[in-house]
Amino acid sequence: MGATTAHAGHHGHDAHHHHEESFISKWIFSHDHKMIGKQFLVTAIVMAWVAVIMSLLFRLQLAWPGEGFAFSNFFLGDKWAPEGVLDPNMYLALVTIHGTIMVFFVLTGGLSGTFANLLIPLQLGARDMASGFINMLSYWFFFLSSVVMLASLFVEGGPASSGWTVYPPLSALPQAIPGSGAGMTLWLVSMTLFIASSLMGGLNYVATILNLRTKGMKMTRMPLTMWAILLTAVLGILSFPVLLSAALLLLLDRSLGTSFYLSDIHIAGEALDNMGGSPILFQHLFWFLGHPEVYIVLLPALGITSEIISTNARKPIFGYRAMIGSILAIGFLSFIVWGHHMFLTGMNPFLGSVFVFTTLLIAIPSAVKVFNYLTTLWRGNIIFTPAMLFSIGLVATFIAGGLTGIILADSALDINVHDTYFVVAHFHIVMGMSAIFGMFAGIYHWFPKMYGRMMNTKLGYAHFWITFVCAFGVFFPMHFIGLAGAPRRYYNYTEFAMFDGVMDLNVLVTVFAIIGAMAQVIFTYNFFYSMYRGPKAVQNPWKSNTLEWTTPVEHIHGNWPGPLPVVYRWPYDYSKPGKEEDYVPQTVPLSEGEEEH
Amino acid sequence: MMKLLILLVLVLGILAIAQLVRVYELSSRLRGKREEDISPADNRMNARLMWLFCVVYFGFFLWLVIRYKDKMLPVAASAHGVETDWLLNFNWIILLIAFVLTNVLLFYFAGKYVYDKNRRSFWQPHNNKLELIWTVIPALVLAVIIIYGLNTWNKITAPATAEAVQVELYAKQFDWTARYPGKDGVLGATDYRLISGTNPLGIVTRASVAASLAEMEETLAEMENTVANNILPDSKVSELNAGAERLRRHIARVINLRQVMEQDIAVNGGASIYLAGSDDVVTKDFYLPVDNEVKLVIRSRDVLHSMYLPHMRAQMNAVPGMTTTFKMTPTITTEAMRAELKDPKFDYVLLCNKICGSSHYNMQMPLTVTSASEYEAWYADLVKKPFEAADEAPQADAQEPAATSDTQAVLGMN
Repeated sequence: MGATTAHAGHHGHDAHHHHEESFISKWIFSHDHKMIGKQFLVTAIVMAWVAVIMSLLFRLQLAWPGEGFAFSNFFLGDKWAPEGVLDPNMYLALVTIHGTIMVFFVLTGGLSGTFANLLIPLQLGARDMASGFINMLSYWFFFLSSVVMLASLFVEGGPASSGWTVYPPLSALPQAIPGSGAGMTLWLVSMTLFIASSLMGGLNYVATILNLRTKGMKMTRMPLTMWAILLTAVLGILSFPVLLSAALLLLLDRSLGTSFYLSDIHIAGEALDNMGGSPILFQHLFWFLGHPEVYIVLLPALGITSEIISTNARKPIFGYRAMIGSILAIGFLSFIVWGHHMFLTGMNPFLGSVFVFTTLLIAIPSAVKVFNYLTTLWRGNIIFTPAMLFSIGLVATFIAGGLTGIILADSALDINVHDTYFVVAHFHIVMGMSAIFGMFAGIYHWFPKMYGRMMNTKLGYAHFWITFVCAFGVFFPMHFIGLAGAPRRYYNYTEFAMFDGVMDLNVLVTVFAIIGAMAQVIFTYNFFYSMYRGPKAVQNPWKSNTLEWTTPVEHIHGNWPGPLPVVYRWPYDYSKPGKEEDYVPQTVPLSEGEEEH
Repeated sequence: MMKLLILLVLVLGILAIAQLVRVYELSSRLRGKREEDISPADNRMNARLMWLFCVVYFGFFLWLVIRYKDKMLPVAASAHGVETDWLLNFNWIILLIAFVLTNVLLFYFAGKYVYDKNRRSFWQPHNNKLELIWTVIPALVLAVIIIYGLNTWNKITAPATAEAVQVELYAKQFDWTARYPGKDGVLGATDYRLISGTNPLGIVTRASVAASLAEMEETLAEMENTVANNILPDSKVSELNAGAERLRRHIARVINLRQVMEQDIAVNGGASIYLAGSDDVVTKDFYLPVDNEVKLVIRSRDVLHSMYLPHMRAQMNAVPGMTTTFKMTPTITTEAMRAELKDPKFDYVLLCNKICGSSHYNMQMPLTVTSASEYEAWYADLVKKPFEAADEAPQADAQEPAATSDTQAVLGMN
């Protein structure tokens, strides 16, 4: 980082004047971690809107099956929504791409990409990431993969339609569903680029966290965001390559006539040549990534909220070491539970038992986390910033969704609720809502750090309360639809009399979904408006202890104008007895006789 | 026009928000308030809303439970279904306790400990005793859940007894077909290469192998004839040649299958699974006897499907290239269930629960559960329509020598 060390001696605005950066190197091919973080965020917001609109399109169909909507016709045209009625294949395509975008592009790329890039150097006291260039590549691979994914929406036959898990043979055979043609090829290309991006990012995060911590920043003095991101990156590095291999083998099966996943198939009046493969192999490979992926999505959100809850409760996070321990335990266990997605694939029932055991073990560190959050709030001094509201919202969704996970992990019970709306409700609450709440919390909290301006608080309140109510309004009733036996990924339920009793819930769900989507207009407006017109931020608006708030508001290369800060304490000295202020930044040396914590 | 209106409303809405925000910002600037300073009024409002939310949340939950109590989980109609429902209730009780406890604490704390500049938070970085307690208690509760759950799971997945009624459920895009073993009680061997209009499940018998070979050879001969006797564009010729090549490969495989079959018959004699197929019955009627163990054998022709019987609490994937099984004992006949639900049109239904294509949402087959005596009568009637009528068999045997000579020619070409 020659360029950045050269800056070290200058003051913030001096550096700004002296350093001649072209538009391209500053805004587009930037090596600066703060800019890259913001690029990830804005891309993710765009992708999230695409996925939200998709969800509205299929929610309309589910609430009022077979009815025409100008809204659907406006987005899908006469081919996929003739007279506004959604086409069944397009329905499957929409749920597939909605899931893919939300899981990978918003909650993996968007969440980790934004906050790992923004926070790692700032919270650890580094000038930049270990490799700025690889970091830049990571974003541009992500961007490219987003573009390819969006392009796949426009191909003949439609985008991939076999569910976000793309189980073969459905995803391997264009004869089985039109979306498995060019759309699926682009899906695989996009995912390959995405995985490359994720690996480059992840290696960089791990290298930076392990090597570039400033003086005094011991591992046990790192904010919990850093622990969460470190584990997230490790999980990603270990599991994404497996998805890559799964995707490549699928590509071979699709294009070169290999038989990794295909065997004994007779389709469209023709017996295929493939012999000896197994569709179950794909599921093992997919879920070997897929389950850690849940925690790749969730852990950064949990790290962010730990930080925000502690700051805004003006109280140290309760059980710092237990929190680290539970992050490590969740990370480790997440690699040996993937089979719980496959209890009913014909897998050996004994193997199923093992996965029941390991899966239910995860409930222990999760419970510890919840109790620690509760104790952190207990006798705290809570300031309700929008970030704090979303963090408390995360705890609520983490409880509600985590508990139903116990039902699903119990294989005997899974027999009846597997692949029903019960599952949809469970993972949307525990993974989708929790992670997106963590992401919103992070955005509200670190917006001043990203853009040097403040977001509007009142709009933040409106955004939170509407979103919070709608989150439960949308996903809570789905448990009941699922218990009635309604399978997921059904275009409509009118063919089965047995579901008539719960179908009015679908209307309720859709109404909440529409209102919830409107609330995101408030957020988007607040975000972009505040970026340019929001009130100017001060250096440490939330009176926080962590290092990022010791950097100047105006962004500079190298983050700190002078020498790097030195760390003397953990980041959670809030309301420490004997201190005048209710916070003590990490850069303040321990006073005579003071114990660390 | 409609689009324009919607767009107009959206734009106006955004403008309205923008103006509100502007007014708010200007007024707070006049008051000298900074955006990050949360006023005591705002703090109080959010604290109250936390409490209110908690009440509304539980209210919503109760409303859903009361209103949909009878509409959600259907009555369990199988022996293990009753057991898993108990397991579910047991789990619900534990989960509800945890749910209420943690949520009440969360929202109560959030609402109670609202910021007061004259007060300080309680300094409590950790408390090992507390942490030990709430690690051990969940661990113990989970141990109970795991043991109870696995005990039930092991019972459900134990192998079926020899007395179990066997039925094959065969999935393809987008319907189900049932196969009953016929008089011998054994399901015959199958092979996907034999699937045709008359043999939709690909049952392997001497006759079906011979018929399949004969049909393919006829098609092959036609193709060769077309190429030889017509003037065709090159693209068409190569297309036909490629088709013929595929067909020859296919024929070679079916011949291989025939050898395997003959060897098996030579070794096992009458017990060979290749002789069990001709009396199998392929049907769209799915009947099961009540109070009798049933072994469902599940296969798929094309993509993944999932055999799901919500009332029976039964589900198992149908995987191409693989046979899966599920064992259960229905306990309530369709008629009894109709009486119980006061719905004369009620039928148990088998549906597909693994995304399989455009008509996935309508891939269903009704299931009728009858008394043992009715089932026997129905079955006796069913076996009169075997897959291969007995008088066809010798005819097929007669074709055999001719087919052999043809196929040897094919082998020679390969």
